[in-house]
Amino acid sequence: MRVNLTVNGQARSDEVEPRLLLVHYLRDVAGLTGTHVGCESTLCGACTVLLDGKAVKSCTVLAAQADGASVTTVEGLAKDGKFHPIQDGFWEEHGLQCGYCTPGMMMAAVDLLSRTTNPSEDEIRHALEGNLCRCTGYQHIIKAVQYAAEKMRAAAGR
Amino acid sequence: MYPGQFEYHRAASIKDALDLLKRYGDDAKLLSGGHSLIPMMKLRLAQPAHLIDVTKIAELRALSESGGKIVIGAAAPHDAVATSSLVRDKLGLLAEAAAAIGDVQVRNRGTIGGSLTHADPAADYPAAVLALEGEIKLERDGGSRTVKAADFFLDLMTTAVQPGELLSQIAFAPIPAGAGYSYQKYPHPASGFAMVGVAALVSLDRSGKIASARVGVTGLGAKAFRAGAVEAALAGKAADAATITAAAAKTADGIDALGDIHASSEYRAELARVYARRAIQAAVARAKA
Repeated sequence: MRVNLTVNGQARSDEVEPRLLLVHYLRDVAGLTGTHVGCESTLCGACTVLLDGKAVKSCTVLAAQADGASVTTVEGLAKDGKFHPIQDGFWEEHGLQCGYCTPGMMMAAVDLLSRTTNPSEDEIRHALEGNLCRCTGYQHIIKAVQYAAEKMRAAAGR
Repeated sequence: MYPGQFEYHRAASIKDALDLLKRYGDDAKLLSGGHSLIPMMKLRLAQPAHLIDVTKIAELRALSESGGKIVIGAAAPHDAVATSSLVRDKLGLLAEAAAAIGDVQVRNRGTIGGSLTHADPAADYPAAVLALEGEIKLERDGGSRTVKAADFFLDLMTTAVQPGELLSQIAFAPIPAGAGYSYQKYPHPASGFAMVGVAALVSLDRSGKIASARVGVTGLGAKAFRAGAVEAALAGKAADAATITAAAAKTADGIDALGDIHASSEYRAELARVYARRAIQAAVARAKA
């Protein structure tokens, strides 16, 4: 079957098997390997992308279900050669060790920051419940999100 | 992990979906958010030859108020229900249960109709839908019927939905002003499913006594249920700690509690009593506020 969708602002049209999962579509068809395959069972969040602006676990979405939608992956965060504030946050606050969970963490954080500009630590922890990190103990990830929130508020003049 | 092969169909309308269901019969499954079905298909617990995607049917996603009822479209994602001002204002218990489901990614995709028809014994929604006495509308070729929440859940992952039927919406009477409610759950730390979840809705009379209480319980048994013995032990009584504790102690009475690697049946029954007490206490506190 044919799917038409926008990935990181670029329109695509591809022939896919109906059972193809969005995560495999992004990695194997679109060649965007920043989205990671983790548990493959909707638990770990490594495969998180934005589907029409909302964080979803792409291992549990069919490419067919994304037909007509707009998908943002970690590769779509940086604009004009400049990191997104969440990427700066993970860099500055050392929000990663092995990095496997990082793309999913950042996409979930972007969903949070689209809902609230000044999240509390509790709100950040709650928003990242669907993302597992086995290295950091989460503390630096929280700080990375706080860093991004502050930068985004400053940029918006709030 | 990926699902077995199937043919994908996108339904443009409810009628279209029912026609496809009729054509493919037992070989077909309805697909909405897919957050119960796709995992089942990956594990080959479900291997439908045809998937009928109903997500693009606008009326199935609508949240509206009509004829004095709040109507929730079956394909409304949990996040839409949890964040809707209409639902939060008039059906706060449902919004609270929706917000307690899984994690944000799951809430962005999973749908109320999918959760109810899947009828996982540890799903959050059934407790709230039971306590709110939701009326579940099932469409079929040439008509529709409405099933009360209390008659909907039949057994483990088994509901009143018959072959060829599609759950289109759930209608609720708004929570009366002055009533208090609360959904309290003990989430499984990895999956977020309810080890036990209790939804309580309490109305007080003018003297401050409990006029009526409705208590829905999920996670404890093979299916979600109304805790009738708890409700009866609350009705007409003083809304104090002793009454609530004594009533909540009946939560697991007569229930064949599930036991598994995560919790023995005895432990689950104790969790149910504790979370029932907390939910009723929180509901009473809200009703008094």
